[in-house]
Amino acid sequence: MISMNKTYKLLAEIVGEQYVSNKKEELYIYSQDPGMMEPHKPDYVVMPKTTQEIQRIVKIANDEKIPIVPVGGSLSLSGLVIPHRGGIALDLKRMDRVLEVNEKSRYVVVEGGVTQGKLKAYLERHHPNLRHSIPDAPPSATVVGNIVIHGQGRLTQQYGFNSDMVTGLEVVLPTGEVCKIGSSSVSPYWFSIAPLPDLAGLFLGWFGTTGVITKLGLRLYPKKEMRDIEMFVVEDPTLVPDVIHRVTHTEMTEDIFIAAQPYPLVFKDIIMIGICITGDSEEEIEFKRRMIWDALRTHIESKEGGFMMLTPDIKRELLEMPTTGTTRFADVMKGGGFEYCGPIIPVEKYPEAYKKLLEFSSKYGITYGSAGRVIGRSHCMMFSFGYPFNRADPDNIERTEKALHDSNVASLDIGGVPWKPEVPAQKMIMERMDKNTLELMKRMKKLLDPNGIMNPGNWEAE
Amino acid sequence: MAEFKLKFNEKLCATCPTYDCLVRCQYMDIDKATAKAEMQKIINGEDSFVLHQCATCYACEEYCKRGNHPFYLITDLQEKKGILPIPKPLVTQWVNIGVPTRKDIQEFYGAKEPVISLCLFPAYIDSIKGKLFEDLSIVLGRHFFCQLAYLHFGKPSLIRQRLPGIIENIAKHDFKEVICFHDECYSTFTSYAPAYGIEVPFKPIHLFEYLYNRLKEHEDEIKPLNTKVAYQRNCSTRLAPKKEHFVDDIFSLIGAERVERKYDRENALCCAGIIRGLQRYDLFVDVQKRNVEDMVNAGVEYCVFNCPACFDSLSEAVTKKGIKPIMMHELCKLALGEKPAGWK
Repeated sequence: MISMNKTYKLLAEIVGEQYVSNKKEELYIYSQDPGMMEPHKPDYVVMPKTTQEIQRIVKIANDEKIPIVPVGGSLSLSGLVIPHRGGIALDLKRMDRVLEVNEKSRYVVVEGGVTQGKLKAYLERHHPNLRHSIPDAPPSATVVGNIVIHGQGRLTQQYGFNSDMVTGLEVVLPTGEVCKIGSSSVSPYWFSIAPLPDLAGLFLGWFGTTGVITKLGLRLYPKKEMRDIEMFVVEDPTLVPDVIHRVTHTEMTEDIFIAAQPYPLVFKDIIMIGICITGDSEEEIEFKRRMIWDALRTHIESKEGGFMMLTPDIKRELLEMPTTGTTRFADVMKGGGFEYCGPIIPVEKYPEAYKKLLEFSSKYGITYGSAGRVIGRSHCMMFSFGYPFNRADPDNIERTEKALHDSNVASLDIGGVPWKPEVPAQKMIMERMDKNTLELMKRMKKLLDPNGIMNPGNWEAE
Repeated sequence: MAEFKLKFNEKLCATCPTYDCLVRCQYMDIDKATAKAEMQKIINGEDSFVLHQCATCYACEEYCKRGNHPFYLITDLQEKKGILPIPKPLVTQWVNIGVPTRKDIQEFYGAKEPVISLCLFPAYIDSIKGKLFEDLSIVLGRHFFCQLAYLHFGKPSLIRQRLPGIIENIAKHDFKEVICFHDECYSTFTSYAPAYGIEVPFKPIHLFEYLYNRLKEHEDEIKPLNTKVAYQRNCSTRLAPKKEHFVDDIFSLIGAERVERKYDRENALCCAGIIRGLQRYDLFVDVQKRNVEDMVNAGVEYCVFNCPACFDSLSEAVTKKGIKPIMMHELCKLALGEKPAGWK
């Protein structure tokens, strides 16, 4: 085994002195994310610029069995890039080039560190007729980070998880080989994963435990001239699945999100279903709006649901990409803490999940906020058990942790699967997982990462 | 809780020669005979299609020239019969909006008169600036919220339940006079409260009366706007028609021509925001379309609003037709060479 000093020097030779560090203050930054997971420092932080640099870094790590954690925006909230066993934090932010946009085949190829904000700005400037599915994460979240966690965005109701929009990958395997996935492996074009065997699944949802994604091909979509929003409101959670079912049946909507929170008082005791529509003309918007109103006529006539009166200011806020309202609510306790468990659940399970959310909020004396999103045409949804907390109040933190634990258990109990789960929740999932499936995961992991260097602690089956 | 009962004179209705309250309704097609029959049902406490189809525009209060209160009677009966004009979740939402919490009252003790109440419109604080508002103290928040909006929601008893506390809060501040930014507050204190025998121990001042008087003080500084305007009445102006002349008085002072059009004055159409809230989308579209087309045909430059809620409801529609939406007090500021809040 080489010394730490030697490792540092080797890393510096690869990326240059200014892009490697083992200074405490910098390691501190990479030791945590804004969530509740216990911090742990890496031994080094490295910021490579190229795939070749990553390849060399990974080879050293693999030879010396040094843990390596690919880092994007560090914003998962579930500690997915906390270096639980130290090693190298591989920060991809310098790999921030948008490499190609194919207007006609509507895809983009980006480097592994391109942020959501950068891609949005790039498309607005150079390709104003195209857009990608922007998640409700801060603009500094990376595009690759989002697809690695099976993120969702504004186009998820139309086109599925953001990871369903992947058209190709370039990956540095844990053993150092650079590998292309999808059409780009046999063609200069990055248009699709199909019709080849789907190897992208070896890297999506694995949280960087199977390789480092250095390039990503992603579908782009038509950007309509106008966007608008309707907000349907109900009190009875059992109506939510039917509302979603009816609205998605129209196939007229862009995004559908579901929000419930007790503060401010205007939101108390109600569930809001935000329905976004897009169009290239007033007529198109109006046609879609009427379709949606008609679809929900039964609930309106029963007086059990209705469309909220939205002021232009509120509309603007709700249509923001990403939304900032969530962030503001996240600090409702004025203590800078926010954490959520956001399982993917069958849509019909919304009432049960909502009931559990209220139960945990009451049981632990903490406030709550739930922001869900419909995935596909009601194929499933994300339901967040969200809890703002005060970082300066240890008792509040403890109660929040218990609520999160219970939320994870409840998510699984109702038939859902925790999304971007933190390590303890990953273990809960694996405990309930079909044994052969778990064995297959272990085999794949062992095959790709024989020395177990990639983001250790995550998806580790006992 | 004290029981406040509507002062309603049935005999006035029995001898009414017109039944304009319902005959002139812009949203129901009712002839005189039907109006008489339906009004009698309402007076008797019986069900009537009027209870279900009322757009809650308040206009019948103005159409009734005998000072009876047909609209208040309708809303009381809606509640008694459990007829919700609006879906339940929206009622819940609005009931919660107006809950007077303890949060926002302390800071206003010691506020010096003259004082203006911004009701529940904090977004307008920045607009209460300039020559017209010099030396004015601002109060606002749920403890100053007049609660009258519940007339739209089939919950008028909530007004009577909360209003005495609101009035008491204002009185505790020892204000002799309160300028009401929103004329819904003014109308609450001068129409609704007296109709139910609720005492108001201070003098509410209508914003337009205040604006007119301040403009007069600065008359020599006014640069006539020389523009054509449409004025969008809001529902509560129907409760204070005697103050409507200030609209013309102000326009005259600042050089704004209130262009003759079909849907103005007593024939004004609702901004339709509440009609949308009633979930009557087709009617909402129709009313806004007719109203805006009427403004376009009249060739106006500005659509002038009294009510922030109307502004929110209609501003997008008029803007799309090239008409500038503006609040009355902002138009007055323009005439004094001041920029409205948010203008660049």
